Amino acid sequence: MTILFSVLLIFAVAFFGPMAAKYFKTYSGWALAVVPFAVFVWFAGFIPVISDGNVINESYVWVSFLGVNMSFYLDGLSLMFALIVTGVGTFIMIYGGGYLASDPNIGRFYFSVLLFMGSMLGVVLADNIISLFIFWELTSISSYLLIGYKHDKEDSRKSALQALLVTGSGGLAMLAGFILLSIMTGTMEISEMFSESGIVSEHPWYLGMLILVLLGAFTKSAQFPFHFWLPGAMAAPTPVSAYLHSATMVKAGVYLLARLSPVIGGTIEWTYIVTLFGAVTMLIGAWLALAHTDLKKVLAYSTVMALGTLTMLLGMGHEYAVQAVAVFILGHSLYKGALFMVAGTVDHEAGTRDIRFISGLRKTMPLTATFGCIAALSMAGFAPMLGFIGKELVYEAALSASIFPLFLITAAVLANVAVVASSAIVAIRPFFGEYKEHEKHVHEAPLSMWIGPAFLSVLSIVFGILPFLIDGSIITKAAASIAGTPELVVSLSLWHGINTALILSVLTFASGVGVYLVWNKFRDTKGFQGYDRWMGEGPKNGYENILAGILSFAAVQTRFFQNGYLRYYLLTLLSFFVLLVGFTLFSQTNVSLLIDLTGIHFYEWTIAIVIVAAAFAAVMAGSGLVAIAALGVAGYSISLLYVLFSAPDLAITQVLVETLTVILVALVLIHIPKFTATTSTSSKVRDGIIAASVGTIVTLIVLAVLAVDFDPFMTDYFAENSYTVAYGRNIVNVILVDFRALDTFGEIVVIGVAGVGVYGLIKLGKSLFRKEEGKTV
Amino acid sequence: MKSVILQTATRLLFPLLLIFSLFLFFRGHNEPGGGFIGGLVGASAFVLFAIAFGTEVTRKLLRMDPRVMVGWGLLFALISGIMSMMAGDSFFTGQWVFFTLFGSELYVGSPLIFDIGVYLVVVGFTLAVIFALEEEDN
Amino acid sequence: MEPLLAIVIGILVALSIFLILRKNLVRVVIGIVILSNAVNLLIFTLGRLDRGIPPLIPAGESVPVEAFANPLPQALVLTAIVIGFGLFAFALVLTYRAYTEVGTINVDDMRVAEPAYKGEVLPETAITEEEDKS
Repeated sequence: MTILFSVLLIFAVAFFGPMAAKYFKTYSGWALAVVPFAVFVWFAGFIPVISDGNVINESYVWVSFLGVNMSFYLDGLSLMFALIVTGVGTFIMIYGGGYLASDPNIGRFYFSVLLFMGSMLGVVLADNIISLFIFWELTSISSYLLIGYKHDKEDSRKSALQALLVTGSGGLAMLAGFILLSIMTGTMEISEMFSESGIVSEHPWYLGMLILVLLGAFTKSAQFPFHFWLPGAMAAPTPVSAYLHSATMVKAGVYLLARLSPVIGGTIEWTYIVTLFGAVTMLIGAWLALAHTDLKKVLAYSTVMALGTLTMLLGMGHEYAVQAVAVFILGHSLYKGALFMVAGTVDHEAGTRDIRFISGLRKTMPLTATFGCIAALSMAGFAPMLGFIGKELVYEAALSASIFPLFLITAAVLANVAVVASSAIVAIRPFFGEYKEHEKHVHEAPLSMWIGPAFLSVLSIVFGILPFLIDGSIITKAAASIAGTPELVVSLSLWHGINTALILSVLTFASGVGVYLVWNKFRDTKGFQGYDRWMGEGPKNGYENILAGILSFAAVQTRFFQNGYLRYYLLTLLSFFVLLVGFTLFSQTNVSLLIDLTGIHFYEWTIAIVIVAAAFAAVMAGSGLVAIAALGVAGYSISLLYVLFSAPDLAITQVLVETLTVILVALVLIHIPKFTATTSTSSKVRDGIIAASVGTIVTLIVLAVLAVDFDPFMTDYFAENSYTVAYGRNIVNVILVDFRALDTFGEIVVIGVAGVGVYGLIKLGKSLFRKEEGKTV
Repeated sequence: MKSVILQTATRLLFPLLLIFSLFLFFRGHNEPGGGFIGGLVGASAFVLFAIAFGTEVTRKLLRMDPRVMVGWGLLFALISGIMSMMAGDSFFTGQWVFFTLFGSELYVGSPLIFDIGVYLVVVGFTLAVIFALEEEDN
Repeated sequence: MEPLLAIVIGILVALSIFLILRKNLVRVVIGIVILSNAVNLLIFTLGRLDRGIPPLIPAGESVPVEAFANPLPQALVLTAIVIGFGLFAFALVLTYRAYTEVGTINVDDMRVAEPAYKGEVLPETAITEEEDKS
């Protein structure tokens, strides 16, 4: 098995998702979970290899002339993410099978989730930045499909589009940043960029590239002010929220920052921008969670907080920070995945997930309650959970930050106070207190729906109590990848002695409990809801205003250009013709305005003047018949020109056509009344100016062409071969019927079609239109 | 427009125009003329006849619906192209047959068939349009 | 002669564009005719002009013996004249048909294919409104 195979396997299985739903029915989730589980086991087999300090490269040529390869890179960081993606993914398949058991569209769910899983695995394993970008966009698309899973609800569709537009536009910025990065480093492989970090940070494009890449990472990882799409994404079914919008996809941005931090990190710009955006997101997100009573919204905002924390840590980039990142990512995936599933179970069984209407479920759902509480303890950072170790490390990191340590530690403590309160809300409110009557008859969830939370929450304890299981291998190597220093060693333990971090932890916990106790009182106060409106809804409204602005601009410009009046279409086209061709003419060629009018015979002048005068008469004519008479004069004069300038065939044709034209016009115009349109003088002047400009440009084009020497190549060919090859002395006719017969054939086909069209308009039109008068046209 | 003068003149002019049309058509390969010009003159002859005697009579005289004539024209042109392909050349490459008649050397080729096609299309088109419009009058 | 024709062509194009921009469909059709004449002249002129030497090979010769006019633009223009006639016939009959169907030759009133926008007031003669009611 290769890495490519593991990714493609999941993609391939995705297409069998709907089929599996049909054949395995209620067991389809279990059946499909086998695939991510197998991939998980396979990746777990790499733990010893990676722990020994090896990395694995795998590369396939894809678009060789662009330097785009389908290449993979497996080190500590990728491996940790791959294990999270497949491990949590296994439980999500099982859980989803139970959660959506009665949904007829479950096959689509399997397809989209597996599509996402393969893409996410691709993101965290890709080495080539273009492959990474493609997988990245695939996660956005599968996320779109999953958020819009309940596509019959407007809210779902809107949230899905919102998430797609925000992450998609960030992704485009990121692509631009990637291209700049590859030009700066001269390679598209991330693993080859590690040695180029010096060049990158000195490069004049550095700041621009950094901002573009950060836009991609920040939109994906829901950093303020792009955080609003994440709570909106809660419209997705809960298994999706648990998987994409807490454990994996939203961490893609964090992963990207971690992956690239050895290349583009460590500079002053990086430290300030990334740290501060992270800290602000962390603080705002944590407290926004307390403004909501929807379990999923609370969890979503606490996820925003977690993503902010991770971003902040990556901005700091020192030794404690990278350790904290590694531990926090793992810890968060475990407890948040579990909590989302628990929230989904509660929703599924009680029919609501608004904590104002649920309480006392511990008696009817003991297992769900237990695992929910364990996970919530880890989230609150309570010893001996993995979350505790993570939080301690965050505090340590903030204390030793190189910029604003006081601000950062205050922000971290304040944010964690809110997180403790949120943990209490999600653990205590639904499960403890008086049992309420709910919409549905509540009973314990089936095995498929508690096994996931069980494993994930229990792992939170196990890794907390026995940190040596992970610290020497995965965590060390992940932290080393982020720091870019392979020799880094991490040693985790629950007890560090009484130090500042521990004191702060105790303080945090106490304050958090205090906040929880007064939560009911301040939640609905004007001030706190105002905070939610500004920080939570504000950026969302900003997004909606921008979107509405774009749409109304599109409507205005469409209405402006496509107004239904052919005249204005033509005016637009002709104006552009004049501007573009005129510009090219004057900038690219030397048009001589000195027109040589010598050597023209008197009768040639006369003919030219008659043509122009007749055409003017046709324009000025009050009636169609007068205009046609004038047109005839112009036509016959043109045929005289053809006679003078050696084109007898043209002259004859022109005369005959003019004659037939007059007969045609006479036959038609007697039916059409005289019509004088009321056109304002100003629009006549406008049309006149446009017309005159077009005419001038055409004259200039002719003069410009005439200034170029004539190449007689074609002419000579026809002259030499006309009689010798085609046995004709009239070269014009030979060209028509022999040399260029295919052209002529096309032309007589056109004539034939025009004839059929005219005939149809006159003869068939009658029966078609008049019978159904007043109904359709 | 049933004027006696026009009708009399037309009786005289119509055969002349038709012969002139064929003359222009056949000499077209070596002198000014050809399918387009011959066709336009031929069409004019029938148009004149239609103006003088009405379309009903003219249609009988023509014996063929102008639309069908367009179809025949396209078919002739197409056949001349296919002849080249049958001979193993590219589409529309001229194919020639030489023979001696009354002591002078003559040649006939696929371009002549093509030109017949052009002639028929032009006549057919013009008459289809003008007949239809004239009949719309009544 | 070519520069003079360049000016003539320019004027013809300008006049035809002016006509095509009018509301009266008949004038639009006349504009199309002038435009096709102008374009024919343009092609003809760009092939360069020669006086009095048609592109014919004299009897008894197999190639032209003296200078001859450029035959290629002539061949192109010849078909263009006939096609222009076809286009004109079609446009004219379309105008006629439009008049008998819609009852007007004012292009502004022909809005069957482009319905009114929200809030837009169409001219009273427009057929769209009657259509909407039925």
